[in-house]
Parts: sequence; structure tokens; C-alpha cells
Amino acid sequence: MPKPVPVPDELSKPFWDAVNEQRLVVQHCAACDRRQYPPERVCTECRSGDRLEWIPTSGRARIIGYTVMHDSRVRLLQADQPFNIAVVALEEDPAIRFFSHLPGTPADEVPVGATVEAIFPELSPTQRIHEWQVVR
Amino acid sequence: MATPTPVAPASVYREEVGLGIWEHRGKVAVAGMGHSPTNRRWDGKPETSMGAYAILAIRNAMEDAGVSPDQVDGLIVVRAGTTGDAWAPRPIPEDFAQTYAHTDNIEDGLTTLSVEWLLQNMPELTNVSCVMHTRSDCMSNAVVLTAQIVGDGLAKCCLVVKGWANPEGRYGHGGANALAVAPGASQWTMPFGMVSGIPGTAFGFEQYCRRYNTSHDRVAPFVVNQRRNGLLFPEGFYAQHEPYQLTVDDYLQTRWISKPMSLHDCDRPIQTAGAYLFTTAERARDMKQRPVYILGHSSQRWTNRSSIQTLDEIEASTDLMARKTYEASGLTAKDIDVFNPYDGYALFTQYYLEAFQWHGVRRGEAHDFYGDDIRVEGPHPFSSSGGNNGNGRTRFWMHTDCIQQLRGQAGARQIRLKAETAISGGPTPGGADWTVWSSSPD
Repeated sequence: MPKPVPVPDELSKPFWDAVNEQRLVVQHCAACDRRQYPPERVCTECRSGDRLEWIPTSGRARIIGYTVMHDSRVRLLQADQPFNIAVVALEEDPAIRFFSHLPGTPADEVPVGATVEAIFPELSPTQRIHEWQVVR
Repeated sequence: MATPTPVAPASVYREEVGLGIWEHRGKVAVAGMGHSPTNRRWDGKPETSMGAYAILAIRNAMEDAGVSPDQVDGLIVVRAGTTGDAWAPRPIPEDFAQTYAHTDNIEDGLTTLSVEWLLQNMPELTNVSCVMHTRSDCMSNAVVLTAQIVGDGLAKCCLVVKGWANPEGRYGHGGANALAVAPGASQWTMPFGMVSGIPGTAFGFEQYCRRYNTSHDRVAPFVVNQRRNGLLFPEGFYAQHEPYQLTVDDYLQTRWISKPMSLHDCDRPIQTAGAYLFTTAERARDMKQRPVYILGHSSQRWTNRSSIQTLDEIEASTDLMARKTYEASGLTAKDIDVFNPYDGYALFTQYYLEAFQWHGVRRGEAHDFYGDDIRVEGPHPFSSSGGNNGNGRTRFWMHTDCIQQLRGQAGARQIRLKAETAISGGPTPGGADWTVWSSSPD
């Protein structure tokens, strides 16, 4: 499914570099032992800016809900309507949530509660993206 | 170079829990309100532009209050006038350019408003000394700001205005959303289609339906009743232009936008403007209309823990809204006669109803309540304005209805129960401003 290609910036480059290596990482605040995603310049809890580090994730998550998009504003996605937009919560820290089209899962057949694992399809010759697939 | 109009400082908004009763409780009143006509789209004529409608709404508010322009000393303006695209790069229509004085911002009067544009085009406002732009783009934000400004003594007779522009075109389908790349904040959302408030709202509602064993079709009685109330609201879009009743079948058969959100869950963009005139309680008593007093206000800004606001967060955030609003006014749920929460996505409204526990509705009970008698004639006259869903997108019908109900001027919409206190506010479960109104200052 074609998608707009993320444009890494100074803050997000480590994340997207890891995705290109087929690894999923998130920020972690060493000061308050808390993960955060999407990345921020400071910890949104303790506001510390110099204790943020990138840590690996398990790459496993659980589907906590979804919607089925029928009329997207995003031009590149319109050809594939309707499509799933699922929200998945990271297995080791359910407060961390990602979006997914759930490739391989038909629209509106989303198994809420199911375990998913990260995959990294290629979006462009230079950029992969983090997606999630139901573990069968 | 003239000093730019200040944006309201964060300190005027009552965002913290535990602030207690509002320090100006009962000392500020709304004395006037005014509306322009509504249109589905701008037809390009100067007299139907958003700027023209804002001027008209302001003049109507002054007339309603019986206040002359030279008595006005404050002007609060919501800058954004559209949730859609800017007018540019279209050329400014020649008639419009010749009719109005302009600011440095070519959008002013077309899709934005500013204090500067209004003062240039309303020379009769000769004594305005307190001016401010709101921090966010809704009338709910402007109303609480204006109440605080008057309470703090920065203005004694203060206008507040919000306009809406709806030029031709399907907004949100061009610009960044038409690109093949996702820069900035959109890198986390746009590749997945999580753009605009729609999919996120649908996600929250899907969680709600599973948690409380309910379904989208059970929202139908609420949306149908919103249109019914809207048809009883002469200032609204449907009463003026499409005076027919939406049916349950219409609601159930319309197309999905982002399932479980359908077309009729979304309010319809229109071209219009509305204004209110706030003053001190003391001055309001000598004005033309029966004063409607402000007993308190509150604001809420929620920071999501991660990519999206979940139902747990929605409920926590809206619980805080209710707590702060009741705390500011010194009232409780059982004291509130009129309740007009935001409905611009109809799928938001159950969160507010349950958080504020109006008529005893608790978490998970809103859809049962919708199936009860919620007509204005009935025992539970919920959202008597008809809201944005029933009148077109303005985010101010809720406030207008509260004022009209408490004045006894709501016409066919006048609730049959007593109408002495009211709450209105919105817009989103993550960020909203609420006002408590009363026919008595006590």
C-alpha cells in the first residue's frame, strides 16, 4: 500500500535509521525510566532533555482498537480505501502506541486484542516504515 | 508600526484543579448577542463575506444590548475563520477589495479576522482600549476569555466575535495531504492516514462501543433530535436553508467516513458569524435585556501519553473538565437546567454528558439516555441548541442557546422545565473551555 514517505529530521533520524535496519526503537528517559513515542526534545513527564536515549523494543504489541477509513484526506491512500487504521500498544509498555494498516488483515476484520509483530516494508528506495502484522 | 494585538496569556484560563469558586462569580454578565445570516458557501459578494458577517453580528449584539458603539471599550477576536483551506492563492475579489480596508494579512475578512481589520472597518468603535486575540480557535475559548477580561476590570463593555468562512472546495484534500512525503509532525501520522480529527475520534468511539457494549446506531436518536432542535433555531443553517427533518433511516443509511463515524456525525461547514457583548453585572442591570450572569469558567488542555488519545484518556480528561467547571461555579450536576456540550463530531457528546453527569447519566449510560425523551418539550431537554450538528458548524450555538434559554427567549426551543442555570462548552475531549451561566448572580 503506497504511503507518504516520512521525512526524517534531526530529532527523528535515529528512529528512521533504525527502521531502515528493521529495528523498532523508542525514546527512553533515564531520569524517570519512562518510554515515549513519538519522540520529543524533552521527556514529557520530567521535562529532562539530556537523559533521553534510544532503546530497542520487543517489536511485539497488541491491537487496542481501530477505525476503517473510507474517505481519507491523504491522497496517496485514497486508492486503497477502505483500509484499516489500527492502534497497537507495545507489549512491554502498553502506554506506547503505534498506528498500523495491519497488512494482511482485510478491512474491518481487525482482531482487537490480537498480538502483532513489527514488520518494516519498503516505502521508497531509501526509507522503510514500521508496520504491524497479526501473529497467526 | 502599530503594536500587534496581544494573544490572550495562558494565565487567564482556569486550567488547574483546585482553583475553587471563580473570583468573579456573578459579577460578569452577557448583555447582548448577535448573529449574521448563514450560508453554505461564500458567493463572493462583499456583503456575505465572513468579515461583513462579523461586522453585522457585532452590530446586532450591540443593538440587542442597547449599547452604542462608543460605549464599547473591549474587543476580543477569534482569528481563525475556517477549519479548511485559506483563500490564497485565489486573487482577492475586486468588490471585496474595494469595499473594505485591509491589513497586512490578505486573508483578513475572507478566512480570518483580526482586531485590526475590524477596527479599520468599524470606525464607530471609537473607544476600544482593550483588545485581544484568543489562544485557540473556538468561541468557547473566547467566551471564557471575555468573562475573565471583564471580571478583571480590563474592559467594562466588551465584544467578542467569531466568524466562519466556507469558500468553494473540499478542504483538507489539497496542500500537505496531497504530497507524497510526510515531513515534521506528520511523519508520525500521515503515512497511516491518521489525519484530521476524524479517524482518532472514530477510534475512541470504537473503544467506547466495546467497553460499554453499545453501537453506532444508538447515536441516531441524538443526531435526529439535534436536527429537530436546529429546525427550531431561526439563526441556524438548517432552519434557514434546508428545513426538513433528518430521520433515523437517514442516519443509519449514510456513508461511512471512518467507520464507526459516518457523514451525519460530522457538522457541516457554513459561512456565518456570531458575537456577544459582555459587561459587568452592575451595568448589565441597566441594559436592554435581562442579564445572564457568568458563575464560573474552566479550561482543559490534555497531553496525550503517546500517539493518540485513548478512551481511558478521554474519560480522565472529560472528568477533569466537569470537576473544574462545577468547582468554579459552586454548582453540582443536579443544579444545571440547560446543558449544551459540544457535538461537532456527534461521537464526542456522550463523553461530556457522562462526565458532567447531567440528569444523572454516568459512564456508559449516554446511549440509553439518547433513547429516552430528550426533546425540548420533554423531561430531559438535552442539547437544546441542536448544536453544530443541528445548525451548521460554528461552535457558538451552544452558548447562544444557553443565553436565550435563561432569558426566556428560545421560542419554540424554550425548554418546558425551569431554565435558570446552564453549561456550555467544547470542543474536544482533549482541549475545551466551559462556561456556567445563570439567570441570577447568586
